[in-house]
Amino acid sequence: MAKAKVKKQSTFIDMTAMSDVTVLLLTFFMLTSTFVQKEPIDVTTPASVSEIKIPETNLLTILVDSKGKIFLSLDNDNDKRATLEAVGADYGITFTPKQLNTFKALEAFGVPIRSMAGFLDLPSDQQDAYMKNLDSQRVGIPAGDVELKDAKGLVASDNEFKRWVAHANEVNDELQIAIKADKTTEYPVVRTVMDDLRKMKKNRYLLITSLKTASSE
Amino acid sequence: MSEVQVKETGGGGKNKQKKQQLRVDFTPMVDMNMLLITFFMLCSSLLKPETLPINMPSDVDVKEEEKNKARASGAVTLLLGSEDELYYYAGEVTDADYANPDFLIKASWNPEDPNSIRQYLMEKNKGTYEEIQALKKQRQDFPKEMPDSLFRRLSDEIQNKAMKELKIAPTVIIKPSDLSSYKNMVDALDEMLVCNIGAYAVVELTDGDRRLLFDKTKNSNYLTEAEIAQANGQ
Repeated sequence: MAKAKVKKQSTFIDMTAMSDVTVLLLTFFMLTSTFVQKEPIDVTTPASVSEIKIPETNLLTILVDSKGKIFLSLDNDNDKRATLEAVGADYGITFTPKQLNTFKALEAFGVPIRSMAGFLDLPSDQQDAYMKNLDSQRVGIPAGDVELKDAKGLVASDNEFKRWVAHANEVNDELQIAIKADKTTEYPVVRTVMDDLRKMKKNRYLLITSLKTASSE
Repeated sequence: MSEVQVKETGGGGKNKQKKQQLRVDFTPMVDMNMLLITFFMLCSSLLKPETLPINMPSDVDVKEEEKNKARASGAVTLLLGSEDELYYYAGEVTDADYANPDFLIKASWNPEDPNSIRQYLMEKNKGTYEEIQALKKQRQDFPKEMPDSLFRRLSDEIQNKAMKELKIAPTVIIKPSDLSSYKNMVDALDEMLVCNIGAYAVVELTDGDRRLLFDKTKNSNYLTEAEIAQANGQ
């Protein structure tokens, strides 16, 4: 009896090796990357030759957009909460635990303290819409001295930005300040921020830049 | 998901032997991994932004800076104007200088330009710059013998020596005008890093500086309204 060999070619491709590669890539990406922070404004930082990396913790970032709106972000959620409570106390505003929790979840915040409670009560999609309205007076932390008149017509000088920075610093002693400003920001805006910091004797800070590449040199 | 493949072992017609081979199909696994990779690639940033550390003079230090300015030979003042313009003057400034618009020299940001600010500052700071370049080369040749911390300390020493003992290093005073942008300031600070300038400060414009910028450029935006009225009255 002759053997009739019928070979059936299988189209099955072994994916094990492919799977190995993808898992490796996945591990690489998970370990090396940091998530893009959701920032309320798009900031293009100027380029610089400095190669010093930004510290990862204990950082207070002051975001300044090209029109001069100021936003703050703190990397530690508990510091953030304590800072809000302290600033609120200065203005006689207390926040509910729910509002505090909403605040903790924000990446960057920039709402005048008097509008803060109302802002925190909004659902998150409306919060985003609120922040989009950059021309509004109720977006951005007011910097520079503002003169307040009380009932008797007395003038008191107040600076909300300074209060935020001062309280953030009280909550965390090791806080470093970084300024992330758009490269088209006019200098007077940056000067307001730097003057306020100077008045608080905060003379060391970091300017966030992107690395200058050979082509932009 | 696994697939059971039936392999025929030809031959003997009736007594067919079935050999079961267990193979796991990894295709869905790969699909899922690819999806995850795509997600991570899109939602994450690999690059951490760089920072430029800056030490601003405090209110008290500004007076110190004024004293430094009196050390006339070493001071260079950069004025940052509108539309990325850059002007500088060297040395001490007197009232006569403030009246003379040619005292202010226009410079370019572009390092390849012959009258760029980089060329000028490097010339001024030649000794320190060359020493630090030599140090850098040494670090490149023997990277193991010179960690970053040591390199930074040595270059700081060179800068300090040039400033305090030899008194050859220039002090650069950066004065951004209201019409300049944040980018200009960072660019100016960057030049300090490139040229290894040890002592520099960001200071406000004086009234004289604004007059000088106005006389040079005829751009009345540098002046306050009162000053414009005064200029018209003259």
